[in-house]
Amino acid sequence: MNKTDALIIGAGPTGLFTAHQLKLIGLNCEIVDNLDKIGGQCIELYPDKPIYDIPAIPECTGEELTNNLMNQLKPFNIKFHLSERVEELKKENENWIVKTNNGTIFSTPNVIIAGGVGSFEPRKFPIKECEKFENISVFYSIKDKKMFEGKTVTIFGGGDSALDWAVELSKNSKINLIHRRDDFRGAQATVDKVKQLAKEGKINLFTKFQMTGIKGENELESIDIKSDDKEVKTLKTDYALGFFGLIMQLGPIANWGLNIDKKTVEVDTEKFETNQKGIYAVGDICSYPGKLKLILSGFHEGALAARACFKLARPNEKYRFEFTTSSKTIKDRLGVKK
Amino acid sequence: MAKITYITHEQKSYCIEVQNGLSVMEGAVQNDIPGIDADCGGGMACATCHVYVNDEWFDKLPAKEDGEEDMLDMAFEPKKNSRLSCQIIVSDELDGLTVNIPSKQS
Repeated sequence: MNKTDALIIGAGPTGLFTAHQLKLIGLNCEIVDNLDKIGGQCIELYPDKPIYDIPAIPECTGEELTNNLMNQLKPFNIKFHLSERVEELKKENENWIVKTNNGTIFSTPNVIIAGGVGSFEPRKFPIKECEKFENISVFYSIKDKKMFEGKTVTIFGGGDSALDWAVELSKNSKINLIHRRDDFRGAQATVDKVKQLAKEGKINLFTKFQMTGIKGENELESIDIKSDDKEVKTLKTDYALGFFGLIMQLGPIANWGLNIDKKTVEVDTEKFETNQKGIYAVGDICSYPGKLKLILSGFHEGALAARACFKLARPNEKYRFEFTTSSKTIKDRLGVKK
Repeated sequence: MAKITYITHEQKSYCIEVQNGLSVMEGAVQNDIPGIDADCGGGMACATCHVYVNDEWFDKLPAKEDGEEDMLDMAFEPKKNSRLSCQIIVSDELDGLTVNIPSKQS
C-alpha cells in the first residue's frame, strides 16, 4: 500500500505542475499514467509541434515543455507509476483507496484527476469480429516478437510503428503490409527500406487496401482486404497487427460517481473539487463556467487544487501562503542555498 | 453564415446555421450534434471529428493541409471522401454543405 498526501492521475503538463505545487507547499505525491512515458498529450500527440501560448515562453514544442516541467521537478523526489491505469476507487474512513490495473494500491486523502481527455488506448480494427482474436492472433502492440518467428504476419498502418515492425519482423516472418493509401507518414528512411524490402519480395505491400473481414475458428486463419477499386483479396495469415495510433478514453473514471458531462468532470473554481470530497479535477478534463482548454489554465487549476489538498492532508496544520522569492522554507524544499 | 447539414450514421439529419470562421467541427460540438467527439479540441491531433463529405462538395472544399491525411490514417473507417471537420472552416461559400458522420469515431 502506497500512502501519499495526494495521488495525481495523469503525467501531462497539468499533472506535472500540480506535483510541483504540492511539493512546494510541503505535501508529497505520486503520479500514475497509462502511457509508458511522461508528458501526456504533449508527448503523444504533438511532441514536435510548437506551442506559442505558454506564459513567458514565446515558443516551445510539446517535448520541450515536458522536459522543462521535469527539470522544474528535479529538486523533488516524485514517484511515477507509468504504464498503469487507475481502475477502482473507494472510500475507506478519511482516505481514498485507489487501485491500478497492475495491482498497485494507494491510500490518500486527495486524488487529483489531471487526465486530459482520458487515458490513451490503442485504436482498434473497425471490424467487430477482431475482438474475438484479440491477444490471441490480433495485437495492437508487441511484447514478445519471438512468437511471430516463421509465421505469416499481416501489419496494418502507415506510421512509424507499422513500418518499423514490418522491417524488423520481415527478418524471420512472412510479412503483409497493408495501408489505406500510397503515402506513408513514417520516417522517409524507413519508408525507403520498406519499399526496398517489398522489391526484394520480403514484404508483400498492399496500398489503398483496408480490412473488410477476418476468419478463423479459435485462431486467425485469413483476412479479407478490399481496395479503393473494390478489389477483394483474401490473405492467409497467422497474426494481424494494427498500428493506428492511440485514442483517448475516459475509462474507469466514468464509474466513480463524479458529475460528468461531455467527457469532462464538473468542478468548483475555488478548490477544483468534484462532487466527491477530496477528488479534484484539473486541466482539460475539468469543466466549469468559462473553462478554457489551455495548458496555462491547467497550471492555475493545479495550483489551487494543491492548496485545497493541504487541508485534508494536514488537518491539524494551517496553510500559510508564501512566495518562492522570499520563503526560507520553500527554498529549503527546493534545495536552494541562498 | 452557412447552413450545414450533419447526417448521423442513423440517418438523423441536423441542419444548423454556422457562423463564418467557425469550423464544421465547432458547429457540431456547439449544437450538441452526436457523433463528433473532437477530443483534441481542433488541433488536428486526434481524428475524432472525422466526417464524410459527398462528392459534389468534396472538390469544392479547400484542399487538405499537411498532416490531415496522416491523421485520417488513424480515423475509424476512412474513405476517399473523408475529412477532419475541424479543418473545414465555414464561410458563405459553404452554404448547403452536407457531411455524414461515421458510425463511430474510434
